[in-house]
Amino acid sequence: MSVSSGAALQNPDIGGQRRKRPFFKVLLRDVRRSPSLYVILAPVIAYYLLFAYKPMSGALIAFMDYIPGFPLWESEWVGFSNFVDFFRDPNAFSVIRNTFVISVSSIVWGFPVPIVFALLLNELRNRRFMRVVQTVSYLPHFISLVVICGLLRTFVTTDGAITGVLYRLGLVPNESLLNSPANFVPLYVVSGIWQEFGYGAIVYIAALLSINTELYEAARIDGCGRAKQVWHISLPGIAPTIIAMLLLRLGQVMNVGFEKVMLLYSPLIYETADVLSTFVYRKGLQEMNFSFSTAVGLFNSTCNFLILMIANTVSKRTSGNSLW
Amino acid sequence: MKKTKLPISQRIFNACNVALLTVVSVLTLYPMWHVIMASFSHSLPLARHFGPIFYPLGGFTLESYKGVAANPVIPGGYRNTLFIVIFGVAVNILMTSFAAYFVTRKDQIISKFVMRFILFTMFFSGGMIPMYLNIRDLGLYNTIWALILPVSINTFNFVILRTSFYGIPESLEESALIDGANHLTILFRIYMPLSKAVLAVLVLYYGVGHWNSWFNAMLYIQSRDLFPLQLILREILISNDISAMASGGSQDLTEIAMSIRYTVIVIATVPILALYPFLQKYFASGVMVGAVKG
Repeated sequence: MSVSSGAALQNPDIGGQRRKRPFFKVLLRDVRRSPSLYVILAPVIAYYLLFAYKPMSGALIAFMDYIPGFPLWESEWVGFSNFVDFFRDPNAFSVIRNTFVISVSSIVWGFPVPIVFALLLNELRNRRFMRVVQTVSYLPHFISLVVICGLLRTFVTTDGAITGVLYRLGLVPNESLLNSPANFVPLYVVSGIWQEFGYGAIVYIAALLSINTELYEAARIDGCGRAKQVWHISLPGIAPTIIAMLLLRLGQVMNVGFEKVMLLYSPLIYETADVLSTFVYRKGLQEMNFSFSTAVGLFNSTCNFLILMIANTVSKRTSGNSLW
Repeated sequence: MKKTKLPISQRIFNACNVALLTVVSVLTLYPMWHVIMASFSHSLPLARHFGPIFYPLGGFTLESYKGVAANPVIPGGYRNTLFIVIFGVAVNILMTSFAAYFVTRKDQIISKFVMRFILFTMFFSGGMIPMYLNIRDLGLYNTIWALILPVSINTFNFVILRTSFYGIPESLEESALIDGANHLTILFRIYMPLSKAVLAVLVLYYGVGHWNSWFNAMLYIQSRDLFPLQLILREILISNDISAMASGGSQDLTEIAMSIRYTVIVIATVPILALYPFLQKYFASGVMVGAVKG
């Protein structure tokens, strides 16, 4: 980098050299050398400050008694009382429980499906058929959530396609499935699998394709059947991908896809369907309890953050995989 | 090339596998088939129908399509959504390229700091309410820009593009600098053209994202004439509110309410599914770039 960097910066990681040049002096010199680069940076910084960091500081109203319309600095500090109010709320427990139940069921049922699908697809001998099945499988990923949920609602109404089939099999009474609390989680999970299994399989399929085919040949010569090849070669081959994906997924445990919940639930089934973020939405934007709902939201994102950290640390220790 | 004959157990497995995956494909496609057939059905038999639909009920008809076309609400939503997609994606691509370009300049003392500054937002956010108040403070409330500016950069997509920019040899930048080019020129003339495939994936991701998004519009938009398509769909499909459409149209839509529901689904989904064959060869590679950490 002969033009834009000096001798000291060729080894920017050597602490001893950097200490000789104060940070701001180097920054100033960088800016002077390539002003156009900082023209590029400015809108990026502005964007993150305005739309990410400013709202983060706005979350301080969780510790205030903020009244809409009044300036922030005139609001009274109330410490953790909004959080205490939340935990005293009769709905707090069920909202937290639902968030966990929906999320954990989605992982437990939904996570293995793309892996199994990828393995089955990989066992197909006919490549053309394989491509067709794969292409069909990720189509639903691109359909909007509003449409998916609208469809699901239509299919499970009293005279819908799904209710119709299940009713004739004698499995359900002849009424809308989304009206009974017990059905919400299964419907949420199954429709989620339907929409995402094919798309989720893409990474596994790519990982499978990158496994050295000589390994399979060697195993065949050693007398391994297909099942054994899957177990001893395919699965270990994609294990790092599986772990990385699981890690990403676990970090989102408290991050239920609440847009979908919002599109599917109704007061009839709040007891199983209401989650933290929908609770925040109702309390905040429908009942205008800004401080209270910000506190709930802050509790939610703090949980997310902690869980992600824990998942990442555990994974780093056990498998050497880390998100960053 | 005929391979040696497989043992019977393997042939049974293969047959079962093909059968299973066929069933899976059919189950994946069926809901879409159902919707398309229902949208071409006559409304009366459709309203009386119970269970799956495999062909247009009461014979093929376009009555519900005519009903939707005669109504100003859906085309209005379409226009808003198109505006958001076009301008939104332009902003997205520009801003994401800016961010990715800066953090890949390793010779700048703050590039690592900027990277952390950006990544942190992936893991922590202020939440829905502070964001809502922020949008009001900034004067974006009830403007179409509230649906474009706050989502200028998706950090995942930024990471994808950064990985691609890292793969471009630094010598290109150096020689351009020696020739007197500034960084904007280098970005637009060298980096972006060299990352065309990845940028195509990002256009797809961002475009589909804008097309399908509804929640921000529900939070930040109040005037009905600014509603994007998905928000109108939500009223029709989720809130079962066909009156939103009936108010504007001359024809009584409540009569064909059932087939209207299916028709709007088709109309709102076809543009994406029509692009799908052209774009799908790109996005599989895009997912892979995203999976590789930079």
